[in-house]
Amino acid sequence: MKAAPFEHICPTSLAEAVALAGEAGARVFAGGQSLGPMLNLRLAQPRLLVQVNRLPELAGVAADADAVTIGACVTHSAIADGAIPDIGHGLLSRVAETIAYRPVRNRGTIGGSLCHADPAADWVTVLMALDASVRLQGPDGARSLRMKDFIQGAFRTALRPGEILRAIRVPRLPASARWGYEKACRKPGDFAHAMAAVFLSPGRCRAVIGALGGKPVILEDDAMSPIGATRALEDIGELDQARLRMQLVVLDRALAKARA
Amino acid sequence: MRVTEGIGQSAPRLEDDRHLRGKGEFIADIRLAGMRDLAFVRSPVAHARIRAIRKPAGCETTVFTSHDLVGVQPIVAVSGLPGFKPSVQPVLATEKVRHVGEAIAVCVASSRAEAEDLVAAVEVEFDELPAVVDMRKALTSETRLHDHWDNNVFLETFVQVAAERFDEPAPIVVRRRLRTARQCMSPLEGRGVVATWDRRLEQLLVYTSTQLPHIVRTGLAGCLRFDQARIRVVAPDVGGGFGYKGILLPEEVCAAWLACHLGHPVRWIEDRREQLTANGNCREHDYDIALYAEADGTLIGIDAEAVVDAGAYSAYPFSACLEAAQVASILPGPYAMSAYRCRTFSAATNKPPILPYRGVARSGVCFALEVTLDAVARQAGLEPHEVRLRSLVPAEAMPFENVTGKYFDSGDYQECLRRAIAEIDLPALRKRQVEMTGSLRVGFGCSIFCEQAAHGTSVYAGWGIPMVPGFEQAIARMTPDGGLELRVGIQSHGQGLETTLAQVAHEVLGIPLASIRVVHGDTALTPYSTGTWGSRCMVMAGGAVGTACRELAERIGRIGAHLLQTPAHAVRVGGGIVTGPKGSVNIAEVARTWYLRPQDLPIDVAGGGLEVTAGYRPPRDSGTFSYAAHAVVVSVDTELGEVRIIDYVICEDGGVLINPTIVDGQVIGGTAQGIGTALYEQMAYDNAGQPLGSTLADYILPGATEVPEPRILHMLTPSPLSLFGQKGIGEGGAIGPPAAIANAVNDALAPLGVEITELPITPERILSAILARAA
Repeated sequence: MKAAPFEHICPTSLAEAVALAGEAGARVFAGGQSLGPMLNLRLAQPRLLVQVNRLPELAGVAADADAVTIGACVTHSAIADGAIPDIGHGLLSRVAETIAYRPVRNRGTIGGSLCHADPAADWVTVLMALDASVRLQGPDGARSLRMKDFIQGAFRTALRPGEILRAIRVPRLPASARWGYEKACRKPGDFAHAMAAVFLSPGRCRAVIGALGGKPVILEDDAMSPIGATRALEDIGELDQARLRMQLVVLDRALAKARA
Repeated sequence: MRVTEGIGQSAPRLEDDRHLRGKGEFIADIRLAGMRDLAFVRSPVAHARIRAIRKPAGCETTVFTSHDLVGVQPIVAVSGLPGFKPSVQPVLATEKVRHVGEAIAVCVASSRAEAEDLVAAVEVEFDELPAVVDMRKALTSETRLHDHWDNNVFLETFVQVAAERFDEPAPIVVRRRLRTARQCMSPLEGRGVVATWDRRLEQLLVYTSTQLPHIVRTGLAGCLRFDQARIRVVAPDVGGGFGYKGILLPEEVCAAWLACHLGHPVRWIEDRREQLTANGNCREHDYDIALYAEADGTLIGIDAEAVVDAGAYSAYPFSACLEAAQVASILPGPYAMSAYRCRTFSAATNKPPILPYRGVARSGVCFALEVTLDAVARQAGLEPHEVRLRSLVPAEAMPFENVTGKYFDSGDYQECLRRAIAEIDLPALRKRQVEMTGSLRVGFGCSIFCEQAAHGTSVYAGWGIPMVPGFEQAIARMTPDGGLELRVGIQSHGQGLETTLAQVAHEVLGIPLASIRVVHGDTALTPYSTGTWGSRCMVMAGGAVGTACRELAERIGRIGAHLLQTPAHAVRVGGGIVTGPKGSVNIAEVARTWYLRPQDLPIDVAGGGLEVTAGYRPPRDSGTFSYAAHAVVVSVDTELGEVRIIDYVICEDGGVLINPTIVDGQVIGGTAQGIGTALYEQMAYDNAGQPLGSTLADYILPGATEVPEPRILHMLTPSPLSLFGQKGIGEGGAIGPPAAIANAVNDALAPLGVEITELPITPERILSAILARAA
């Protein structure tokens, strides 16, 4: 399959990109590791592709005492290779190196992954567990959203027309924090069929279950018990018994890693 | 030096130089002046009547439907088996579509992308019909795929031997229902065709990624109503076949017709979506099998019913019946038994046609028999290999005619199994199993099978399909500089035949491998052949090359004798020289003399020249039987249903090995595909006949991390039926893994009371079975 005809523009500034992204039939294009195949399968047929991964505004990384802010077009490989400041325990690097395969990591971007919002994407689940927030730039200015508000469902985000994800702000891990990330895939690098990220710190415990049919499930504090997790997964009503069991097992293993 | 190049030597593959440098020429590498691309309008529905097809305005000469292909005949692959119903497969759908992906129209443009734009603009109106999706339901469905048929069965077969034994009670009777999945054969290179009209030769030239260039020519000529000499089919470098390219394609017929009528070359390159959703599939079987055994596990007989999901059409040339007919004849495996009864159905369903895939029916047959045999072993209180040793045909009985008349030519099946098992420390594993607690379990499984290969005229004449192999021919001709050219009608697409056939010639003549060229895959340059399938090439083309080279050696000897001034009977040809009582002369000198200095030879020496066409048929054409035992240890994560292969041992007997490294490569590659069958590959369909996957993200193939390096042992029992004792070996690797892995998984799960009976063995299947058992 070859893509349907489209126009392709590489804007030189974020402002220009935002203006173009607001046009009818426009799609923002970064590393192209998800949108590329969708174009070729003609599942996506945009009139205009706005190429953003050469924009300097989307490339940088900034760190302060509380958080690391990662430009949306930083690649998974850059994160895996430790090219950005560590939020603690090497967490982002260790997650990044399990994403798909190296050629995908070389081009795929953290922001592109969030905007695509595949339920099985590693960053969707992990960054939600870390309570990261996204910085969006739109025609009406900038705004920030917490991950749990940004991701609205399978392949659905809170992005408005013309809005572009500029950066992701990831809070640093407290020294006492523990984390665990676990996923079940048929092959290393393949899409996961069960996924859990666990974040434990004094006074704040959170688990996020991903690779569901829709938005990840967030469990906090007492809800992280097996009973609480079972209830939350049963509530979404889409999992058969085997899938439910896999998710619970993966959650249990992520918890065990965090507590180890 | 020369001793490293003949039969039995692991000579480096001659074709690897161009492939490893990326210098091969595959279909998509071919560029012809003025060539335009084709894309097909394909059915989005599984079963429907076509009410209307509307071309976009102005596209009358770039979009073609069946109405435009005036005079083109449909593809019809018959079988002579009694009761077989041939389907009529239009190259572009006429009044009906019978599977998702069936070609309805073809669009021509200057690029594939633009051709796909045209495809998107073609409108087709359908009256949808209920889809026939499940093969068992197809047998009784009121919905008919082919309107004039009285049911959805291409062919029903029935065979029985001493079936009265099944009326008597037996000490052990084990019955199982087993299923294998529909798979998509996935060669690295998909199919593709480039067609052009040669105005000077007034000949249609078709480059196509095929295993069977001569058969494609015959089939094309039939569909186009051309004289066969007006068609040349060339298979360039072909990136894997496995049976997927053993077919005459509707796309080939369309491209050929367009090339004849448009005045410019056309090409079609299959993409992965077409491969997965539109084109031929394989392997889908359903078994109801009962094994009858004595109390000590010795087999009395097999009573079985098997259904093969043959899809919508009978594919040319192997037909819709080959798979099920094979099931009926090979289900007894390598075992001796006195009673046998088997009924098979080739069911027509609204899915792409089924094609024979590496191992043909054997992978499913081996799975059905060996999984059920393990259940017999458990009932008899025996280890899996012990129950098999009771019934495997013993070496002293060879050659052996089995219960379905298969003629096992040679071998020691029992020793093969013993050697494989000995590589696994089974007592230690059993001890470990007892000690293991927790969610991780380990299990051991084995399988043993034999692989009929290079079966010839008498076997295929019985099936009566459009292609019956006869004498395999080879041309051996010396060049004036002393080189040797071998021309064969088969096609080498990964088997290394450019090397191994040269090794055969080297064995006879001693000409250095570097001076031997193998020409194949071109109807204009090679003698007729049914092509590359059924693990036949090393026996048949190897036999033909050996025969031709022996005749060539005779002629070389006569010329050499003259040069040595000695009687012809006194010389010996070999090692690259002609040796007489008092001296020797290089074969290259013989060639130079014959071609360049004929004045040096008397008029009565070797008038036939140094070019020989020879045919080869084995003295008995029932086929060589290579065989192998697979032994595997797996771990099963019973919480997640994940299977890991911990150890994999194969003991293989391919007779005399022409090139052991190439044989190992065949075994490893086949095993990788067998692991895919066992654990990963499945093209599922919903109730409407829609394929539930269209990319390799949905259709899981095993990769480097899923395929362990098997430990391969060899036995080398020569076949009495082939020229050098060699046996066909190409498919075996793919046959054994599903059975061995399923048995290992079932061994691991036995303490939980769980048995897996359906492929592939996915985490969902394992976990669902465990949960169902616990509930």
